[in-house]
Amino acid sequence: MAKGTWVVIDQRDGKIRKVSLELICKAREFGDEVAAVVMGSGIEGLAAEIGKYGADKVYVVDDAKFAQYNTGAYAAQLAAMAKKYEPATILFGHSAMGKDLAPRTAQKLEAGLVTDCTAVEFDGGKLTFTRPIYAGKAFAKVNVDTAPVMATIRANIYDLTEAPKSPEVIKADVAVSDADMYQNVKEFIATVSSRPELTEANYVVSGGRGAKGPEGFVMLGELADIFGAAVGASRAAVDSGWIDNQYQVGQTGKVVNPILYVAAGISGAIQHVAGMSSSKNIVAINKDPEAAIFNVSDFGIVGDMHAVIPEVIKLLKK
Amino acid sequence: MKIAVCVKQTFDTEAKIVLKDGKVSDDGVNLIINPYDETAVEEALQIKEKQGGEVVVVSAGNDKTQDAIRQALAMGADKGILINADPNADEYARAVILSKVVGGLGADLILCGHVAADDGSSQVPTRLAEILNLPHVNVVNKLELNGGVATCTRETDGGTEIIDVKLPAIITCQVGMNEPRYPSMKGIMQAKKKPVDKVAGEAVASKVTIASYFIPPAKAAGKKIEVDAPEAAAQLVNWMKNEVRVIG
Repeated sequence: MAKGTWVVIDQRDGKIRKVSLELICKAREFGDEVAAVVMGSGIEGLAAEIGKYGADKVYVVDDAKFAQYNTGAYAAQLAAMAKKYEPATILFGHSAMGKDLAPRTAQKLEAGLVTDCTAVEFDGGKLTFTRPIYAGKAFAKVNVDTAPVMATIRANIYDLTEAPKSPEVIKADVAVSDADMYQNVKEFIATVSSRPELTEANYVVSGGRGAKGPEGFVMLGELADIFGAAVGASRAAVDSGWIDNQYQVGQTGKVVNPILYVAAGISGAIQHVAGMSSSKNIVAINKDPEAAIFNVSDFGIVGDMHAVIPEVIKLLKK
Repeated sequence: MKIAVCVKQTFDTEAKIVLKDGKVSDDGVNLIINPYDETAVEEALQIKEKQGGEVVVVSAGNDKTQDAIRQALAMGADKGILINADPNADEYARAVILSKVVGGLGADLILCGHVAADDGSSQVPTRLAEILNLPHVNVVNKLELNGGVATCTRETDGGTEIIDVKLPAIITCQVGMNEPRYPSMKGIMQAKKKPVDKVAGEAVASKVTIASYFIPPAKAAGKKIEVDAPEAAAQLVNWMKNEVRVIG
């Protein structure tokens, strides 16, 4: 009989993504055993950190095959473990890894999967997942009819609350063949930035066409650093070459969910809004009073970002 | 090189979403090729132009879906296959349905969009890869082919990855990878003569059930001010500090 919730930990170089820990905290509410699955190389130390958030068990897979995330090895390993230990539910953060790993694993298990969830309700022993469709213009509530139930869930939805435990650590056998190593990850070029990562940031300052050039982003960076914010951009700014692709927020970029989102000189095209509309507080600065971004903003300023932002910086630096 | 491209017909991204009898209504909605799949079609055409070969477009849908296939043919694809499929099939079922056709094509490369603009699931191509026992790489923004190896550049959390996979493989494309062409008048005329095979999709049971749909309540209108910059900045800082208290 399948039981318990698994949270698949997203980690790189021993650093756990916050969303993984958020899901452990959420899974405690389901009233069943909570286990984390962590795959990597040289990661023994992570079990203690995971235990802080109340996991009952930690399955550790520590092998050179998992040194770099690669779909083939991770999916084969996870599917083999799920067949052996039969969890009722497997949750992933809707991170780059979760988005890629979950469907491949689900297909190996012939299981149903709900991706990009913004809410999970646990009622009468059953999980109901809420997810946006049509770029957030509508939502669907979805149930999974298989064992395991599988889902990927957005970051910054659930709070991190410590509930320290000494989890039972289970070293799982490696169940990966050479054929599973079909992705040769030749290179990982880490983004070098002193700022928090976009998808995990509590504050995001984004610029669009109104930034008018790379200099606009220097100014937005200055504001971001006062908040300890990440810098984001609209597709227009990325396509203009003012800022790198990886900072793009939207359906064609990253989904963010911060406490504060500042949209400066961004018109608010639907594909951008899809990536930021769940932010808790949205500030929009735009010269065009009719800009669509004002439909989703909590505080709108009709004006030129090049005039307003320096004033905001001045006040905050006081 | 034989390239298969899986395309999905979706609502125009600007379409207003309305529920009718508890389901999303398609009344009067303009249908387009999913923009991410359009990128995949363009990528396939550019590879064909460089290396020669054939581009086959596959779509699961109904008679209306032919328009999406015809558009891909007008862009320059050689052949279309329309699979008649249950519109309510979930990602699992759609991947199984597609696999029966795509698996039989003997394609060296299968390109898809990494996500569909309607359901936003990002599942079908990856599931398809698993069913066909092929490598996949998701969300690729640069693809180079060299001696049976696909070198894929993708943005991931915290950086950029460069991944090699051997062909045949499934690669999912990110918008921005290329600039999809508009079909020329000549292309549109030629597309009318290109073959579109129609096949019946098999009935496959879904693994998930959609319990309900809802439209989120319209967001209460926020504050909107139009004052000079120093005053606007002062009001904003006050709001952040004292009203929503997002900063100390």
